[in-house]
Amino acid sequence: MKRAFPILAVLTALLLTYSTYQALVVAPTERTMGDVQRIFYYHVPSAWTAFLLFVVNLVASVIYLTRKSAKADAVALVSAEVGVVFCTVVLVTGPIWARPVWGIWWTWDLRLTLTLVLWLIYVSYLVLRRFSDSSQTPKLAAVLAIFGALDVPLVYFSIWFFRTQHPQPVIGGGGSLDPRMLHVLLINWLAFSCLAFVVCCWRYRLELLHREVEEMESLEALRGVTQ
Amino acid sequence: MNAIRFLWAAYVATWLIHGLYIGSVARRYSRLRQRTKELRK
Amino acid sequence: MSSLRSITLATLTKDIRLEWRSRDAINSMLFFSLLVVVIFSFSFDPNAEESREIAGGLIWVAFLFAAVVALNQTWARELRNQVLDAYRVSPAPANALFVAKALGNFILVTLLEAVMAPLFMIFYNLRALGPAWQLIPVAILGTWALVVNGTFFAAMSLRTRSREIMLPLLLFPISIPAVQSMVEATRIILAGDGSARFWIVLLLTYDVVFTTACLALFETILQAE
Repeated sequence: MKRAFPILAVLTALLLTYSTYQALVVAPTERTMGDVQRIFYYHVPSAWTAFLLFVVNLVASVIYLTRKSAKADAVALVSAEVGVVFCTVVLVTGPIWARPVWGIWWTWDLRLTLTLVLWLIYVSYLVLRRFSDSSQTPKLAAVLAIFGALDVPLVYFSIWFFRTQHPQPVIGGGGSLDPRMLHVLLINWLAFSCLAFVVCCWRYRLELLHREVEEMESLEALRGVTQ
Repeated sequence: MNAIRFLWAAYVATWLIHGLYIGSVARRYSRLRQRTKELRK
Repeated sequence: MSSLRSITLATLTKDIRLEWRSRDAINSMLFFSLLVVVIFSFSFDPNAEESREIAGGLIWVAFLFAAVVALNQTWARELRNQVLDAYRVSPAPANALFVAKALGNFILVTLLEAVMAPLFMIFYNLRALGPAWQLIPVAILGTWALVVNGTFFAAMSLRTRSREIMLPLLLFPISIPAVQSMVEATRIILAGDGSARFWIVLLLTYDVVFTTACLALFETILQAE
């Protein structure tokens, strides 16, 4: 696994270069929005990847609560962090796209608003992990992750209904998609998923190393005390 | 065209965000490897 | 089952009696609620037509701030006297403690709302153009939504640094669908603009989902302190 990692990283970089080229050059120009629409190929796959990472976080959190596996807890932390990074990309590219197309920075677009709430929930999750200094932090965090997951369908429905009452622009992808565009979209999704996987692997190894160092340092301190 | 600026801004912003995060992971990783070497001595 | 009810009741009446004896905490919270209403009235000109439209939102934001103040002191007394440790080793079901605390907070926050709502109505000349009775289920369901999660997150925040900021930090994101429902329902009822039924049903769903979650997981986090 360790030797495979650099190869995987290089392959991912190549895949991303290819997918970006597809997005910028190969994909057909959209009729009404023009070339700005190409942001779509970064915005939507990032959202899907972020949602996928949060599902991973939920599963890892449940596994932690039922099996008390420290590795599951590490996976939960890693997927939440990387998920927040991808969410941030969605929240930044969304308004950058909306501004030239609709003249406004923000709309209560379903995907964008849902991403914002997810971002808020998972940032609060990360803050809880950072600020809680009890050894039971993993348990508290896992419970919060479950609460967050329960919240998501409710958020979805509340935004959905709000939008039927107050019609707003849909940021990208309302209606059917040209198959060539779908093809580029899926390639970009594959590339970003690979990126997420590679970054998660690295962060996971970092987390294991961090815990190992903490253990060594506390043993060191203990040795110092007993001498 | 004015709108192309937004396209580049979005792509650059994406890689900036990813770059900052990956950079911080890399930095912390190398620092911890140093620490491991020190502790093992 | 009856032990659950009797423990809950005992804890609840104890809390109420203790709060009533030293009314300082309640009085300062009441005054805080009054201040919030006044500040909002200065910031959002009540005479402007737009303000009357957003009054629904304003009221609930004000309630939210007052609720956080009330929620932050939920476990203060228990912490001071190591009561939580006693609860952990006793055979009493943890849920009884949670329900008692949540009900106590519910009563307290409802009291604060009872002070703030008439003031809002006076300052903003609010009249319900829709079915005013619907405001009651909105208020009950909405308050419970904030209180049930707030009590739970207050317990989660006990062993964190910056405990007081941790509670709203955890509570606000999760409460977003509930707050949106309360605000929209209130706006619709005040403006007489359609049916608030969807939002009331969503609030009810929210309450059921999270009350269940809190009851199921409270034991877990109680043990985690």
